[in-house]
Order: sequence, then structure tokens, then C-alpha cells
Amino acid sequence: MGLELPSDNAGFYEMEDVNFSDSELVHHVRDALKSVALGDSDSYDQLVGVMHHTRRLAPDEVALLVTSLKALSGAVSYIDVVHHESLLSSIFGMSMWNLGPDAMDALVELIISLAASNGKYVDSSLDMLVKNFMPPYYFLDTLRQPHGLTRKNQVLTRVHSALKDITDLVPLAPVRLLPIIIQNMPSMYIKDPEKSTQFPIVIYVENMLKLESSAIGELVGNTILMAVVDRLIDLDVEIGWDDNLPDESNKGIFEMELEDKETTDNAENEASELQGEFFTRKSLGGNTNAEKLDSLMVLTFEHLESCDRGGRLIEVFETLLQSFQITVLNAYKSKFAQFVMFYACSLNPESCGVRFPSMLADIFTCSIYPPVTRMSAVAYLASYLSRGKFLSASLVASMLKRVVDWCSEYCQIQDGHINYKSSSSFLFWMPGHHVCALLPYEINDGCSSTQIRASPYAYRAYLEASIESIKVNCIHYKKAGQVCLPSIVKEFLRQAKAACLFTVSETFVFNDMLESELSKAFGGMERLDTFFPFDPCLLRNC
Amino acid sequence: MEGLKVSDANITLSVHPSKHTRVSQAILHEKSSSLFKFNEIFHGVVLAYDVNTQSNIAKILPGLYPYFAVKLKAKLLLFSPKPDMLLEGKVVKLSQESIHVIVLGFSSAIITEEDIREEFRYKTKHGKEVFAMSIELRSQRNGEWVKRLKDLLQSSDVVKHFIVSRCYIPDVCWINAVTQVPHCSKGMD
Repeated sequence: MGLELPSDNAGFYEMEDVNFSDSELVHHVRDALKSVALGDSDSYDQLVGVMHHTRRLAPDEVALLVTSLKALSGAVSYIDVVHHESLLSSIFGMSMWNLGPDAMDALVELIISLAASNGKYVDSSLDMLVKNFMPPYYFLDTLRQPHGLTRKNQVLTRVHSALKDITDLVPLAPVRLLPIIIQNMPSMYIKDPEKSTQFPIVIYVENMLKLESSAIGELVGNTILMAVVDRLIDLDVEIGWDDNLPDESNKGIFEMELEDKETTDNAENEASELQGEFFTRKSLGGNTNAEKLDSLMVLTFEHLESCDRGGRLIEVFETLLQSFQITVLNAYKSKFAQFVMFYACSLNPESCGVRFPSMLADIFTCSIYPPVTRMSAVAYLASYLSRGKFLSASLVASMLKRVVDWCSEYCQIQDGHINYKSSSSFLFWMPGHHVCALLPYEINDGCSSTQIRASPYAYRAYLEASIESIKVNCIHYKKAGQVCLPSIVKEFLRQAKAACLFTVSETFVFNDMLESELSKAFGGMERLDTFFPFDPCLLRNC
Repeated sequence: MEGLKVSDANITLSVHPSKHTRVSQAILHEKSSSLFKFNEIFHGVVLAYDVNTQSNIAKILPGLYPYFAVKLKAKLLLFSPKPDMLLEGKVVKLSQESIHVIVLGFSSAIITEEDIREEFRYKTKHGKEVFAMSIELRSQRNGEWVKRLKDLLQSSDVVKHFIVSRCYIPDVCWINAVTQVPHCSKGMD
């Protein structure tokens, strides 16, 4: 910092000659602090100098620092906000990552004493601890090495236990902690230093999640989780969406996936095998946002797993659900962030896995929500039902039934006169379209087939109802020039024929479609017709 | 314990027009968000409330957003310690220089060394930190005066009375205090 340490500290501490007792040291510091108000600040300046000198310390300097910190802890009640401003700013600016374990302990002790001694220091103490979530920039690369990891563990355990201790002494501290954590999140728009392989945001989020599962987590956990999901979405929308896809690639996806069926765990590995994948490894490789998002998703998944082990997943899921409804559902074509929900559902299929589609179906059928939200909800629902192998067939059937019932009700209300241009009609063809997309998976899925054979009437009944709605769809949209994605319809037909669900006469409508209409550009609301949120080709690392 | 009082208040709350179908929810939300915070108007921290609306009619206020003014009658439990009041709290931490106490479960109080009475001396007994006061007792044995150390303050168990010397209650509810009569819930043996 440019402050010259006096070459001999004999005037302040005489380590070699005399052994001062602790209380004498404390008295010495108190006198130094008191004398500032009287105008004599020599000892005080020496003390401030010791506080500033924290990097690359020799052993006796380390001892000096530790002693000074301990003596200060005893004298906190004498520290004045106005007179001792430089001392306070140097203490609150210290980074624990530079210090050894003894000095870290002494510093943490001082911070806790400061926070507990006077209400004015609580904010600054919490702020200092939160800033220590992240190492200084020059330390980032050493995090990969063993001694870097050791240092990280030493710092973070102390920081979190200090936060807990402060909360014990100052019960309302979490109220102050929450805005401090949110404000100190590293901004997305500041460039990270070149060639750094670790990102500060990743370490910060790691700490946030650790805080969420700690004792303080009961009070601050909800907001922390929502902030994490917000950041996932922010990174997500920064990653570009490749709009130049020809239709053949869509077809390619369907054919390839249906041919080599694997379990959901390995579904992501299909990314490299698919021809029509939206993101090539080349395009994502150099993208720092993608890498950050990757690491954050991994962290979030691990956190969800630990919540599940701790039996807390259901409460955490409620927060995630709320956050999903506010942010992810309305984000335009979110690419990866929704997999957090998917993963949480897969960890607990009986309750979380049921709650999520119920919520989506509720949103879709409820007319309070704006049309875009409802369409997005049904897109998520269809994709979730098709991709969620952990779901029971009865759940899928009941959800489909709800959607299809709504469609047939809509048909009846409109009495055959559907205004193609109105936004509500988009609501109508969206689910029809997605049901079309969805049904091939259901038909092809092993357990669904047994379901079909077991209760053919029920399945047939709603399948026919859905076909009815799709037929009506196609009739109307033939006229309007808007059609369902043709590849989907063709695939649906192929599967339906294979499962022998139709008689020939019912399929005439589809064959009637003219080639020119099929090749017209799709108008749909912001191209949500190509939006299959839970397709597995998009993830790289998880 | 002084500093607690129940007061009646007439409050006018401005409710946003979007909440017009859920006014009671809005009122409850507004009141609960003001709990445990120091309120300038009432000169105290609101600990509990009991609200009743006076009538079903509310006046619409002029402005860019037509908020409407709901008149309420509320009973508020307030905590407003003033200097020289006697308070009670639970000891959470003892050190050479200070005693940390929590009052009413949410407010932190600290008694610094200079305010602790001379009779109390800091000792570490059986690995636990205590403040002990030595008193003189007449013992039966040979009529001699025997000094006995009494453990009067141990961490986390004992309730202690103290007097307020300085208050600082913006958000975190702070009280600086002075020890007074050693009135402990633990009896002297």
C-alpha cells in the first residue's frame, strides 16, 4: 500500500526482550486508540501500518500481525467510527486468502468482536466476510493446485463459521446479510481477467449455496436460491440461439432419437451423435458464458442432490418452482436453466415430479395468465412429459387428458369458427402441436405400450379426442396457411400407424396437406413451435 | 422489565390499486414487513400488532397511481428502551472485555468492561468462562470469615438485569448497558 513500516518496532512491541501479557497489550492498544482523539497518533499509525502489510510476510511479521489483531479484539469498544477510520478501512479491506491459519483465526475473532460490539459495524463486518467468499484475482489460478484448495477450505470454513457466530450474537444479522450478498455478486458484464480458468462467480455461487444449506439458510435461503436461478437465466440468454436451422435437422433429431433410445442419464451423451444438434462443440467451446453456466449448473445439481440427501428437497423445490414461474417460464427460449427443475423432479418423482406438471397444467388452463406464458407452460409440459422417463404413465395420461380436454372445450366454445389471427387461437394450436410431438414418445416408450394394451379404451379415448383436436387444427390452419411443424406430424403419423391406432380413413386429412403450405414459413408466436425445452441435445457437461 | 408497552395507534395505510381485491392481505403484508424494525413515528420497535379496519370505505388518493387510503386502528406492542431503564436479557458470550446479552430474542446488548462492576472478575472455571463476584461469608467453622467465590454469571443460562446507558436501534437493535443489581434466576447457594 506504500506505507513504510518503521524498521524497528521496538517502540510498539518488544518481542525479543520483554514478554508482554495479553492484558498489557490490550491496554497499550487502548491507549494508542484513545490518544488519537487527543492528537497523538504515532502508535495508532504504526498499528494501521501493521494492518496494511499482509502479503508475503516473514514469520516475525506474521507474529506481529497476529498479536496486533488479538490485542485489537480486546479493545474494540474503544474504536471510534470517526477517529479511527483508517484503521477500520484497513481491517475491513483485509483479504483472508493471503494469510496463514493463525492470522485468519485472529482476524475472524476481531471481525466478530467488531460486529458484536457496536451496531454500526455490523454491515461492514458482514460485507468484509462476504467479500472474502472470493479470492483476489492473482489467486484464482492457484485454486486448482492442492495448496490452493487447502487455503480455500481454510478460508471458507472460517468465513461461514464467523457468519454463524455473528448471527448468534446479533440475531437480526441475516436481515442485513441478504442485501449484502445480492449486491456483492460478481457482475456479468465485467470482463474476467484473461487466461483465468476459474471464474469468481462460480466460487461465489458455491458459497451462496453453502450458506443456503447452513443454519442461517432458513432465513436467507429462499432469496439466495432465486438469485442463483436469476443468474443462470442471465447467462443463458447471453448464449446465442442458432436460428438458421433448416427443417431437415428437426427431422433428423426425431428419427435419430427414436432409434437409439437410452435412459435419461445418458441422454445428454446423444448430443455428440445427433446430426441436427443446435450447438456444436466448436461454437460453444470458446464461449465463457457457456463455461460459467456449465459450472454453475453442476454446482446447482450437486446442491440439489445434497438437499435430497438431507431430506430438504421438497421445501427447496417450492422455492425453485416459484422462481421458475417468475423467471424461467417467461424467458424467451431458455436453453439450459430449466434443466434445474428437471433434475429436481427426477430426484423426487413422487412429489416434485408431480407438482411441476400440475403447476404447468394449471397455468395453461387458467385464463388469468397472459397467452405467451400459457403457451410457454404447455411447451414445457409437453417436453417434460415426453422426456421424463421417471414419470408414471398414469401421470402422463392424466396431464395429457387435461390439455386435450381444454382443447376440445375450446373447440366447442368456438363452435368451429376459430379466428386464426387471435392470440387465443395460438393457445389452441400450441397444445395440439405439442401433443402431436409428444405422442410419438409415448407410443414408443415401452411402459406406455403396455399401458395401451392394458387399458386400450381409456387411452384410445383421449387419443382420439386429441386426434380430433389436431384434425380440427389442421383443417383450420390449412386455410390460414399455418401448420404444425410437418416433420412432427409425419413422425406422429408414422408412429400412430405402427401402433395401429388409426383406421385409414382418419388419416386422409393429413395426406391432404399441400406441399406448398408445408414449406411456408411458420408464423407462430415468436417461433415457440420449435421450442422443446427439455431436449437433451443441449447440455454438454452434466 | 421496562421498555415494553402497548399503545393504540390510528394508522392510515396507502394500498396499491392492484391489491383492491385482497386488501386485508396487503395490510397484513405491510404490517409484518415493519416488524422488528425501529419505527420513527412510534419511537420503538414494533414487536406485535393487532389491526382492525375501521370502515369498508376508503378514500382514493390523487396521484399518478390512484392509491387508496385505508384507515386502521391498531394495537401495537412496542419496545422502546431509554437510558436508565432496567432490562433483562440472556447472556450469550462472556469475555474479558465484554458481556454479550440478547434481549427479547432479537436485540443485542453489550456490557463493556468499564461498565462492569468492580466486584465481578473474569475467570475461567472448569473450562467455562464466568464472571465471579467474591463476597464475604461468615462461616460456622471457628467463626472465621471465609471468602467464597460465587459463580454469578455463566454463559447462556443466566438471566441478568442491567441498566441501559446508550441505545442504538436503527436496524439491528443495539443496547449498551451497565450491570446493576445481580438479580439472577439462579439462586445463590
